[in-house]
Amino acid sequence: MFRMTRFTLAVSAAVLAAGIAQAQDKLRIGTEGAYPPFNNLTADGKLEGFDIDIANALCEEMEVECEFVTQEWDGIIPALQAERFDAIIASMSITDERKEQVDFTEKYYNTPPAIAVPKDSDLTDVTPEALAGKAIGVQGSTTHSNFAEAKYDESDIRLYPTADEYKLDLENGRVDAVMDDVTVLSEWIATDSGACCKILGTLTPDPEIHGEGAGIAIRKGEDELREKFNDAIQAIRENGKYKEINDKYFDFDAYGG
Amino acid sequence: MDVATLLSFGPRGWGDEIAWGVVVTVTLALATLPLGLLVGFFIALGKQSEEKSLRLAANIYTTIFRGLPELLTLFLVFYGAQIGIQQFVRLFSPGTTVEINAFVAGMIALGAVFSSFASEVLLSAFRAIPRGQYEGGYAIGLSHFQTMRLIILPQLVRIALPGLSNLWLILIKDTALVSVIGLSDIIRQTGVAARVTKEAFLFFGVACLLYLALAILSSVALGAIDRWAGKEGVGR
Amino acid sequence: MNTAAAPAASVEMPPPPARRWTRDRVLGLVLMAVWGALALGLASFLFNAWRPDLFERYAPRYLSGLGITLTLVGVSILIGAVLSVPIALMRMSKNRFAAAFAYGYVYFFRGTPLLAQTFLIYYGLGSFRPQLDAIGLWTFFREAWYCAVLAFSLNTAAYQAEILRGAIQSVPKGQWEGAASLGLHRFQTFWKIILPQALIVALRPYGNEIILMIKGSAIVAIITVYDLMGETRRAYSRTFDFQTYLWAAIIYLAIVETLRNAVDWVERRITRHLKR
Repeated sequence: MFRMTRFTLAVSAAVLAAGIAQAQDKLRIGTEGAYPPFNNLTADGKLEGFDIDIANALCEEMEVECEFVTQEWDGIIPALQAERFDAIIASMSITDERKEQVDFTEKYYNTPPAIAVPKDSDLTDVTPEALAGKAIGVQGSTTHSNFAEAKYDESDIRLYPTADEYKLDLENGRVDAVMDDVTVLSEWIATDSGACCKILGTLTPDPEIHGEGAGIAIRKGEDELREKFNDAIQAIRENGKYKEINDKYFDFDAYGG
Repeated sequence: MDVATLLSFGPRGWGDEIAWGVVVTVTLALATLPLGLLVGFFIALGKQSEEKSLRLAANIYTTIFRGLPELLTLFLVFYGAQIGIQQFVRLFSPGTTVEINAFVAGMIALGAVFSSFASEVLLSAFRAIPRGQYEGGYAIGLSHFQTMRLIILPQLVRIALPGLSNLWLILIKDTALVSVIGLSDIIRQTGVAARVTKEAFLFFGVACLLYLALAILSSVALGAIDRWAGKEGVGR
Repeated sequence: MNTAAAPAASVEMPPPPARRWTRDRVLGLVLMAVWGALALGLASFLFNAWRPDLFERYAPRYLSGLGITLTLVGVSILIGAVLSVPIALMRMSKNRFAAAFAYGYVYFFRGTPLLAQTFLIYYGLGSFRPQLDAIGLWTFFREAWYCAVLAFSLNTAAYQAEILRGAIQSVPKGQWEGAASLGLHRFQTFWKIILPQALIVALRPYGNEIILMIKGSAIVAIITVYDLMGETRRAYSRTFDFQTYLWAAIIYLAIVETLRNAVDWVERRITRHLKR
């Protein structure tokens, strides 16, 4: 018995040592993997999307090797702070609330929020008054959920862990409307699974809540990395790489004004 | 797409992803078991110690990890311990990063829960062994350690086995919680498949069946171990 | 040895043995010091991190989350208790089909994670909306709350059925026979003789089941029900302040410990007649 205990002790020590490994030289990029068309997993488990392509282009520009780490959205900022990865490229909006926790690069895209409803919905307007008493689905811990909770306080706001889940529930009719980035919603509506629904209209972003667009989040004080990212964003905007990626996903310039 | 394609192992099917999820679930449970048993054993020793402070320390441990929801324990380890250890390591060597990944976090959290319940099972097993067994051991000149190893432990295993089997089945189910911190276990893999394909009933049904299969397999294996341990006892 | 040899005119109480610094004692004190340091660290962390604005904003939310948790567990345990009676009876019945059905039911709900069952009911049944709509059940399944209550009730019914069965079977057969020889009806026997004895055995497992449900209910936040855990995660995602989780841990521990002590107290009271 004790020989066995010694063996198990050795095994557990080995597993622990493997888990508490030192970080490598690679730049580790955290993303969610459930937010098409920006970042999502394919059936064979690979990451794809606008964020992923942009991240790869930036890494190429910065001449560093990058690897992606997927992380639940709820815990993505704590995970960055805990150094599970070095940067978040996951369509994260640059907001004051988040700036208290992390630093951001300049934006790499900026698109407005919108509201989608089932095709047969009798809703006609996206104002808080029109949606009073209705159930609105939105992904939790996002600028959209903050906006919905602040401005649509007469509505029943339901928070979901990922975008995929509120989509399922809009389709099923558990919520009357959903709120998210217009590109996310229109991408979904263009697919078979989004055929149930339509975009009701876009919303005017509230700069206080929505911020100035999506940026790359890094730990506070890592100015060198931030500058490298900023230069790389600038460079791919200028050398046409950004446009190439942009056109793969959108028929307008996602960078915004 | 039909069910066969959805569950196939090809690039369009989810069979291979889900199979990987099963591997992760089983590996996690198997890795947690020795950790939980070992810690649980020492906690049980502490609880039946004659030293009051040792008993108290052991009881505090079980009170905490039995009382907290497993999900919360997992979050505390995953986020809290990471930040804590990071700061601790920084004191000695600035610049190094230590990472507790989701797997290790799951192992520690589930191991803590498992060990606190296992200590109770082992404690009642200890109490079921008459004092005479120890005294007999000392009387024939065995040391404390030898008595433990040769006389007490074999009996302990036999008495505690049903209780520990039960805890193992609970452990397998509890591994489902690690999906929430992003480890690609059965639940997470089937969940991704369900969201992408919209076949939620199919995939979550598959998840339930896989857990059932693991439970049945475990019961068969534990039954065999139980018979083996029982037979050893009869031979005495 | 000396005292035994000496002619003892007056018997004196031997002095209490000095407490020696055994290995166990040192270890125990060291471990207690570790716990003490942790508790102190926790207290000072919570004291330093104390922000009245956070408390004002989130305390009511935690309270409402706690209410949701307790309501969910309470309702589920009650529905589960009602459901568990027929299941336990079927499990003990001589009818092979009823027994097999009950066995399958119990095995399924005890063999799979509550999380998987909740997902199966919420998202799985959600994909059958047209069919559910047709038979008028959709209004029920539409709400995450009802789905959670259903999943939890079905789950706890399986566990409670086993508790009930174990308790009833723990009552010796002689009790049935004795009652029968006194001319009591089977139902009377069950109600007046078997059940009271069974409940004494079942009290502790029932208490444990309630505790398990309170801990298990922490998963409902994943399907948009905002219980204590859900409010905690929401607060954390807004503030990124780790104390949100620590407060939740303290609340859960307090509830579970209170319940455990309550069960102990009740058990001591109702088993007084068994004490010699």
